[in-house]
Amino acid sequence: MTRKLTCIECPKGCVLSVEVEKDKVVKVSGNLCPKGLVYAASEIENPARILTSAVLTKGLDLKMIPVRTDRPIPKSRLMEAMREIKNLKIEKEVHLGDVIAENFLGLGVNLISTRETK
Amino acid sequence: MVKRDLVIIGGGPAGMAAALSAHKNGVRDILLIERDQYLGGILNQCVHTGFGLEYFKEVLTGPEYAARFIREIEGIAPIEISLRSFAVALTKEKVLTYLKPGLLQRVKARALIMATGCREKTREMVHIAGSRPAGIFTAGLAQKLINIEGLLPGKQVVIVGSGDIGLIMARRFLLEGAQVKGVIEIQDRSRGLLRNLVQCIEDFEIPFYCRHKIARIYGNKRVEKVSIVKVDDNLKEVAGSEFQLACDTILISVGLIPENELIEMAGVAIDKKTNCPVSGELNKTSLPGVFVCGNSFKVYDLVDSVTRDSEIAGKLAAEYLRGRK
Repeated sequence: MTRKLTCIECPKGCVLSVEVEKDKVVKVSGNLCPKGLVYAASEIENPARILTSAVLTKGLDLKMIPVRTDRPIPKSRLMEAMREIKNLKIEKEVHLGDVIAENFLGLGVNLISTRETK
Repeated sequence: MVKRDLVIIGGGPAGMAAALSAHKNGVRDILLIERDQYLGGILNQCVHTGFGLEYFKEVLTGPEYAARFIREIEGIAPIEISLRSFAVALTKEKVLTYLKPGLLQRVKARALIMATGCREKTREMVHIAGSRPAGIFTAGLAQKLINIEGLLPGKQVVIVGSGDIGLIMARRFLLEGAQVKGVIEIQDRSRGLLRNLVQCIEDFEIPFYCRHKIARIYGNKRVEKVSIVKVDDNLKEVAGSEFQLACDTILISVGLIPENELIEMAGVAIDKKTNCPVSGELNKTSLPGVFVCGNSFKVYDLVDSVTRDSEIAGKLAAEYLRGRK
């Protein structure tokens, strides 16, 4: 089976033709760089995204601290991850890249700060 | 009156890149004016990824991209940063007036770089019929409310126009638990980047209506619904195609306008159609020594390109100042 995907690794947006056999990618064409191959495999076999959001603070100058997962998480877990982010609160100063939630949702990724408060 | 070699207006990606580049090219007296209480400009509210792939060869969020420049600029003594400073007037002699908490300042610049960015087109500029209830926001304002202020402006959203900010906000509202009823685009394809169509709209199966437009907004105090109509290739309404979507919020994402009113005040030639400075060369204007960079020079798709071109503005200002000494 051939599937069409638009690569989202960079702003070029290559349209990929992906040949899939038994849920595995066997051939990719249309990609201008190797990132397209990795993206196609991930998108067919285990679609995942880096989740970005913001966490409420208490007692800090910034009301919200933007955060992201340090690696992509399964697309199917995004809404659950958002509910968990709503339960978090940052009460002390943070630096860029500080871990806000370790082993987030048990997925082996960390939720990290993308802004510093000082 | 205070005299400075180089005054830069705007502490977003364009202003910071211009300041750093001017310094690298030998300018040793730089004043950078920013109206917010933080450097970074619009990047601070762009918490999504997609920045830096070209310039840093890394995928960064907006605040992370900004932080790289903020850290560098704060370590350079000859660059004075004046926050919470709002420019209000400019003359052709390059005398700038700006407000800071508690004072009105005037400074005469030998060279000036404008890095004032864009503002969003509003509902009024796209001529949508109907009432004028609460609940109509530009996409960027909604982004600020959610990501900076922690407020969710609505629960049922219709997005007009498919610019990148609109697409990003469709996903953002959905992740925040709101229902996104549809993105309405009058053209035959998305105005935004393809990658945003995929990861913001298709990922979440948000209805995307090309060749459609909003015919009317309904609602008394708050938006209640919109009617939507199909248009043909000549943008004429297709009879009988009208349908309605119930919603409490409408986001407008139909384009950006460069902010160039200050230099217009100083007599710089401005293109009335685009609001960009009339220019024969990147970053230059009709007034020698006045440069414009980033989204106030022209609207860019990528911040990486803003950085690259704003570095050229810093270099041009340095060359101009050397020529005058």
